[in-house]
Amino acid sequence: MKNVMKVQFSSISANESFARVTAASFIAQLDPTVDELTEIKTVVSEAVTNSIIHGYNNNPNKFVYMECEIDHGEITLTIRDEGIGIGDIEEARQPLYTSKPELERSGMGFTIIENFMDHVEVFSKAGEGTKIIMKKQLITSRTVCN
Amino acid sequence: MSLEANFEVRENVLVVRLSGELDHHEAEILRDKWKDQMYENPIKHVLLNLESVSFMDSSGLGVVLGRYKEVLQLGGEMVVCSVTPPIQRLFEMSGLYKIVRQAENESYALTALGVAS
Repeated sequence: MKNVMKVQFSSISANESFARVTAASFIAQLDPTVDELTEIKTVVSEAVTNSIIHGYNNNPNKFVYMECEIDHGEITLTIRDEGIGIGDIEEARQPLYTSKPELERSGMGFTIIENFMDHVEVFSKAGEGTKIIMKKQLITSRTVCN
Repeated sequence: MSLEANFEVRENVLVVRLSGELDHHEAEILRDKWKDQMYENPIKHVLLNLESVSFMDSSGLGVVLGRYKEVLQLGGEMVVCSVTPPIQRLFEMSGLYKIVRQAENESYALTALGVAS
């Protein structure tokens, strides 16, 4: 059975912890391992941070949209903004790449997301925003299904 | 949950003990405090104790790498200690151990940096 959670919140950095705790609470019903919970919290944190810093250039008056769907132990997380968009997605996904070196960014956000999730897709259009869809099958649920 | 930072100077080593969650929000606050400590004290090395850090992401890595660059300019070294498994994974993934030394705990780290216990 599909189960969906949607939330939107102001693009302020204090909401990064709100977003990851919210996603973690929602997937808790799948009985994830501690590692899986950490992975989900980390990717939410990375994607929301990207929207706030890069999508919205730290403008606090915008909104970040998060949707989480669980279906037979598979988690689909969608994080979306209506910000400036990413010009070159392939470049942005490279390890250590950052468009804002002056901000002490490590450039590892996308790399971490790709490591922690099974499948990652990024959609972006200049001036319209960015949407990242991330999927992960939980190990515990996979065992139960088989 | 927010982040707490405790700073202590042991000879020429700045010991930084963090506790809580180190994300983008907390990294921006921590950066200024950490920088001030590095310039206000006559230190050469930095020891980062991560024992009580319950969450860290790429923004946390950014603030650590930023201070690493400053330690290099002082001619010193950065050592991290008491790294928990999730952060260990993050550090290995990012290649941090190519530039930063790891120690099991604070006491081993201080010995490695030449501080008498």
